[in-house]
Amino acid sequence: MDKKEITEKLTAIFQEIFDNDTIALKPDMTAADIEDWDSVNHINVVVATEAAFGIRFKSAEIEDLSNVGEFISMIERKLAK
Amino acid sequence: MNGLWWLPEDPSWKARLKAAKEKPSWAALVSLAGAQLDFLQTMQLDRLLTAFSAGEKPQDCKLPGIRLAILSSCTVDPLLPGLRIAALRRGLWLTTYVCDYGQYQQELLDTGSPLHDFRPNVLLFSFDAAHLLGDKIVDGEPGSAVDIAVDRLAQLWKEAQGHFECQVIQQTLLPTFQPLVGENERRLPGSPAALVAQFNARIRERAGAENADVLGLDEHAARNGIDYWHSPALWHRAKQDVSPSAAPLYGDIAVRLVAARLGQSAKCLVLDLDNTLWGGTIGDDGLEGIVLGQGSAAGEAHLSFQKYAKDLSRRGVILAVCSKNDESIAMEPFRSHPEMLLKSGDIACFVANWEDKASNLRSIAQQLNIGLDSMVFADDSVFERNIVRRELPMVMVVELPEDPALYARCIADAGYFETLEITREDTLRAQNYQSEKSRAQVRQSVTDMDGYLESLEMRLIWNHFDRTGLQRIVQLINKTNQFNLTTRRHSEAAVLNVLQDPNALSLQLRLTDKFGDHGVIGIVIAYPEGNEFLIDTWLMSCRVLGRGVEAATLNLLAQEAKRRGGVALSGQYLRTGKNGMVKDHYEKLGFESVSASADGSETAWRLTLDGFAPLPSFVHAVEV
Repeated sequence: MDKKEITEKLTAIFQEIFDNDTIALKPDMTAADIEDWDSVNHINVVVATEAAFGIRFKSAEIEDLSNVGEFISMIERKLAK
Repeated sequence: MNGLWWLPEDPSWKARLKAAKEKPSWAALVSLAGAQLDFLQTMQLDRLLTAFSAGEKPQDCKLPGIRLAILSSCTVDPLLPGLRIAALRRGLWLTTYVCDYGQYQQELLDTGSPLHDFRPNVLLFSFDAAHLLGDKIVDGEPGSAVDIAVDRLAQLWKEAQGHFECQVIQQTLLPTFQPLVGENERRLPGSPAALVAQFNARIRERAGAENADVLGLDEHAARNGIDYWHSPALWHRAKQDVSPSAAPLYGDIAVRLVAARLGQSAKCLVLDLDNTLWGGTIGDDGLEGIVLGQGSAAGEAHLSFQKYAKDLSRRGVILAVCSKNDESIAMEPFRSHPEMLLKSGDIACFVANWEDKASNLRSIAQQLNIGLDSMVFADDSVFERNIVRRELPMVMVVELPEDPALYARCIADAGYFETLEITREDTLRAQNYQSEKSRAQVRQSVTDMDGYLESLEMRLIWNHFDRTGLQRIVQLINKTNQFNLTTRRHSEAAVLNVLQDPNALSLQLRLTDKFGDHGVIGIVIAYPEGNEFLIDTWLMSCRVLGRGVEAATLNLLAQEAKRRGGVALSGQYLRTGKNGMVKDHYEKLGFESVSASADGSETAWRLTLDGFAPLPSFVHAVEV
């Protein structure tokens, strides 16, 4: 799965979690750019992403998400393993 | 086998959710909750439910409202959608209140607290192991740590029962502590992992004595694996003892207890026969041919399912049979198959006929004098399951897996028969129903078959005989007993002759619908005789009965006969011990009677093709 496909799949997850069909993920986006991206929804994003991609994040990874681009790279790395 | 796997997956769920957003209704929401949902779908549906109800019980919800408060030591908010949607699945409206983190004891004791304002009618105590038992090795008398925790909880239950008219549910502890010395952990009773096991055993005893209901998460963890329920990473990040991804299942097992208190548990298990209680088709394979019992893995799997059903009946569940079969044929295994564990005496209501199953379920409910909403329907056929879901949404239809070895597990996981109080009456109930049953006639069908059949998008894919299909054609010709007008058996060589005979009109018919491909299910062979076509063989698999395939087949046959210059079709019915179901086949299709033997065992029929108008059918013929 390449970055583009990951982004599409992740966009659908974000749209469902935040109940907003207009969300379009971009690499430099952060939690501040999406309304309602609080700590609860952060966990929802992590859990839904784990389930959708069949991957697991480490404790530190859950903590350190600085932006969407980095998140996508992380998923890509895990899928490549 | 995780999550809500006994519920059907619904590929159109997303579209249905969207439609319900535009035009929300209680019925639409309840229906959406009936699909196999993951935690994200549960969250989406919960959002819609919250918006729709706006804090008030929807008018169309006729059952009492449930106000469930959670007293917890950890983060439980992500589990709330699972609880609300599990209630919705049962037509219940549930609101939740969560006591402030760590403040549950004060809120329970203080009559001016928000908990008291909420007036819960269900209190759920949900604690993590470290909160109740600590996470350190206990030196000295380890039993006392468990005693103290159990006593403290029993005190809280009493408080709750004193303040509110409520059901108390105590969750057992998830076994999240790691063993220290391995297999002998239990011999070191002060170890945290050993304490959890002791606590879980003790709390069950105590709850039984104090009228509290137990939510046995530890046993569910033994079934699904602790990793399904608990993620150490999420525990450290957000103090979530139960992972959000487990919310749909968590909600369902908790709400089953609530529903059981309301008397909503199922009472009756309705069983299909062919490929459910045994492998194969009794009408076609016969007593010797069905797969049941020792000697084959599939036979043992079906037998183990019978054992599960029999054990359920010993626990007070009424068993009924609903099968598309001739009654006398369907009864045969119950009377004379040596491996049958279920006997006719175990079945309170036995319905075997060719009516649609929704009508038959109505009739069973009437005969047993129970509600349709207390019935569970177990059938291997997707077609039957879906018509029942569509026509009788109140019936619980279990999405049986393909492997009969997993049937019992699937029904057990669904938790339909949750029973809180075990009485002698429960064990007698099945017998009572049996002696009281009436042999009322099957009621007239009021099922909307047409609407259902249309929605199936059925296609009859046809071809003349060919070598690719040869094996299956020979098999059908030599195996089909019930839907078989003449029961003429033909060898492979004989079928090859048909295939090569340019005059023979042969049809092999494959049926597909939106759920999948049923394979080749029908065979017709006809020969020209003068300017008529004589139907030598017409047979069909009973699996696809009642869908209008017969009419579509006739339309096709008429079209092909006409194309070859035929002016009429002639057909015969030759009675055998097993094909009574097609006695009126030609009459139903509009043929005229030509002759009949004195005893009715042989009849002849004719249909003029001039002016023949194709019969209505929702099955669309497609040539390959």
